[in-house]
Amino acid sequence: MDSIYEALVNIVGKEYVSNQPEELYIYSFDLGTAEPCQPQYVVSPRATEHIQGIVRLANKEKIPIVPLGGGLSLAGLAVPLKGGILLDLKRMDSIIEVNENARYAVVECGVSQGQLTSYLEKNYPRLTHSEPGAPPAATLAGNVMIHGQGDLAQPYGFNSDLVNGLEVVLPTGEVCHIGSVAIGAGWFTNHPLPDVGLFLGWCGTTGIITKLSIRLFPCKRIRGVGTFVLEHEDLVPEAVYKLTHTQMAEDIVAFSSAIPPFASELQQITVNIAADSEKELEFKQEILWDDTLGEYIHRGEGAYLGFVRHLQRPQISKTSDYKKGGGFEYVGSIVPIQRYPECYRKGREISERHGIPYTVTGRCVGAGHSMMFAWTFAFNRADPETIIQARKALHETDDLVLQLGGVIWKPGTYGQKLILERLDPGTKELMGKIKRLIDPNGIMNPGNWEVA
Amino acid sequence: MSLADFKYADTIHRCFRCGYCKFPVNWKDVNNCPPYARFRMESYSCGGRLWLTRAWLNDQIKWTEHLAEILYSCTTCKNCVIKCPLRFNVDIVNMVIAARGEMVESGRLPQAVKKFLENIELYGNPYGESRAKRGEWANRMGVEKYHGQEYLLYVGCTGSYDTRAQKAARALAEIMMRAGVSFGVLGPEETCDGNEVYKLGESGLFEVLAENNIQKYKNTGAQKIVTFSPHAYNAMKNYYHEYGGSFEVFHYTQFLHGLIENGKINNLRCPNMKITFHDPCFLGRWNEEYEAPRAILRAVEGVEFTEMGKNKESALCCGGGGGNFQIDLLGGSENSPARRRAREAYETGANVLAVACPKCLVMLNDAVESEELANRLEVLDISEIVIKGLNI
Repeated sequence: MDSIYEALVNIVGKEYVSNQPEELYIYSFDLGTAEPCQPQYVVSPRATEHIQGIVRLANKEKIPIVPLGGGLSLAGLAVPLKGGILLDLKRMDSIIEVNENARYAVVECGVSQGQLTSYLEKNYPRLTHSEPGAPPAATLAGNVMIHGQGDLAQPYGFNSDLVNGLEVVLPTGEVCHIGSVAIGAGWFTNHPLPDVGLFLGWCGTTGIITKLSIRLFPCKRIRGVGTFVLEHEDLVPEAVYKLTHTQMAEDIVAFSSAIPPFASELQQITVNIAADSEKELEFKQEILWDDTLGEYIHRGEGAYLGFVRHLQRPQISKTSDYKKGGGFEYVGSIVPIQRYPECYRKGREISERHGIPYTVTGRCVGAGHSMMFAWTFAFNRADPETIIQARKALHETDDLVLQLGGVIWKPGTYGQKLILERLDPGTKELMGKIKRLIDPNGIMNPGNWEVA
Repeated sequence: MSLADFKYADTIHRCFRCGYCKFPVNWKDVNNCPPYARFRMESYSCGGRLWLTRAWLNDQIKWTEHLAEILYSCTTCKNCVIKCPLRFNVDIVNMVIAARGEMVESGRLPQAVKKFLENIELYGNPYGESRAKRGEWANRMGVEKYHGQEYLLYVGCTGSYDTRAQKAARALAEIMMRAGVSFGVLGPEETCDGNEVYKLGESGLFEVLAENNIQKYKNTGAQKIVTFSPHAYNAMKNYYHEYGGSFEVFHYTQFLHGLIENGKINNLRCPNMKITFHDPCFLGRWNEEYEAPRAILRAVEGVEFTEMGKNKESALCCGGGGGNFQIDLLGGSENSPARRRAREAYETGANVLAVACPKCLVMLNDAVESEELANRLEVLDISEIVIKGLNI
């Protein structure tokens, strides 16, 4: 008899534990190019207390735990690199509270982006959240864990900047709260208590987020997206800078792709605009397109392609089927917007070298404070050679990000290694101390951020 | 069989497992794939099934009873087809059916599936009941045997043998008689339509059933068939023509709607009924008939109609499709699709949950009882609502 299996069954019930080959197979994969690694157990907890029990068991047995949200990071961050217990957190999917006046939502860790979007549209149509471009099955907790950005990133920044508070199960099984909720004052702010922000960006190596409070924002009656095209990549940083100066956009995204061929090499900029009235919309459109980008039209360097009402939320991604291959992965980076032209040119070179049609995207974060720039590489899941080529391209791009003075966003193990090689020794030592102190048995998602 | 010989070898790897297939159209939750809603493990999601199928055909994993149960837990409700934004979406359910076909070919099936198919072959129904009893649901009703009347009423296995569904079948027959419709039934000569056999992957047995049924209908001269079950409607409308079937097929809600429109049924009245309607997968998603049942309910005076949050193409399957009404791989839990659906119906404030499928009727009736809602939410087939309306 497998005593760990029995103990897990005692914690969450038989239906939510598996050590059968089918579940071990499915949960061994990331959806990107990462090599699969099998867990020994898959567990689907429903409550914080379940997670506490599992963590305590894992410490006793010295067995790894890998938390999994939507499983859509594409960077292999929830592949059980050293086996152990795979925690599928999606069953913890209650929306606990929406505070309309203070504009925040408290959710369990398995709540998906699509679920919150739908809930707000139905119950709080005057509120919205910053929804990432990931499929709607991506979870809010997973997204803040990887410092994701959404379609309100331009005015409000990273989604992890929008966290008002957390409930976390520590690697030794205790529960702690971060933010105003820690003194029982509700979930309305993450400040001003001493900073104990040890959980975001750590990929589950310092604890498991079980609840979070996320800021919501006004949802105007009219929302839509306008598109502008520029003939050359060198024009993009200036255009984005000018757009951010207006403070009238909800989202600014620049992109270029080899497909369709007629648009290849052109740089498209989409700008999400929201308004409560036609008058407001007209005013904003005039400021954005005529006053701000009109000069590019006059010089013959750009064109306005139109405005489409209604945002598609959640966004529908068809990238995985570009090559009818069922796979893609991208390197994301956080870089200064001024680097857009080089990011585009060098990323395109890498794609072409590996025989992959190029796709690059840059989303403005904050008032031009930075940009999430992504290079996407599609592959055919049925053709191992294309997976190898994509993986090589991804690794080259990881190197490129650092050469360009950027920071790799949600790096996989290869990117983490590159970052750790460059990391300030004092920072690295601090991370090691934290890790050793907080996770003495090294059970939390081992193989990621190996600093201890 | 190797993956290379699989009918969908060039397609099955295209599933990215993005998870769109778990959602209803309005993205309300990730529980619109019945097996995923029941078990909440990725292996039971639509993408999980496709990845496991590919792994099995690629010899990366071996056949196990558990693998077979994962594949057979799919109710073929087609929510995934509706939600998947990629171009191969039309074949998603077909891939699962083809994989089941491989299991049938190799004889490696869950025991319940074996029993189901065996019963169909031996008795012409999945219950293992005598063929002679098939027509007993209509005893003492005066329903004529089919002898060339305008319509053949095909009742199907559930309506013929299940005691709860029999009541609804009797209601339908009574409505037709009171409306003066020229119709008859085959009684003990009726045989399973084969829709579930097809979905379970037994294409050979389905072919035999279809050909025999078509021949029988031709021999009796039947040109117009009204089916009580959307499952039979689906098989006869979409598959029988491949075997020479060339008759008109109507689901009974379409037929009753026609009777109301041409005045053969009128003065329907059901005071104090607040009704919500559960779309059957094989009427809705499979055949895009969302209007006829609602039009009937709208024609009943005194009915207040309310939609569930997940309706029409977003309706959560009751869990009874794809053979699961009998093989029951999704039951036994508060997370069973039928119990989830019963709660969704109750949340609308309705006091009647209307259905238009004998399988849904039984599944949801049981679910309402399991949820201890029976004294607050009555599950009625539309035929039963109409007969109540006529009786007042």
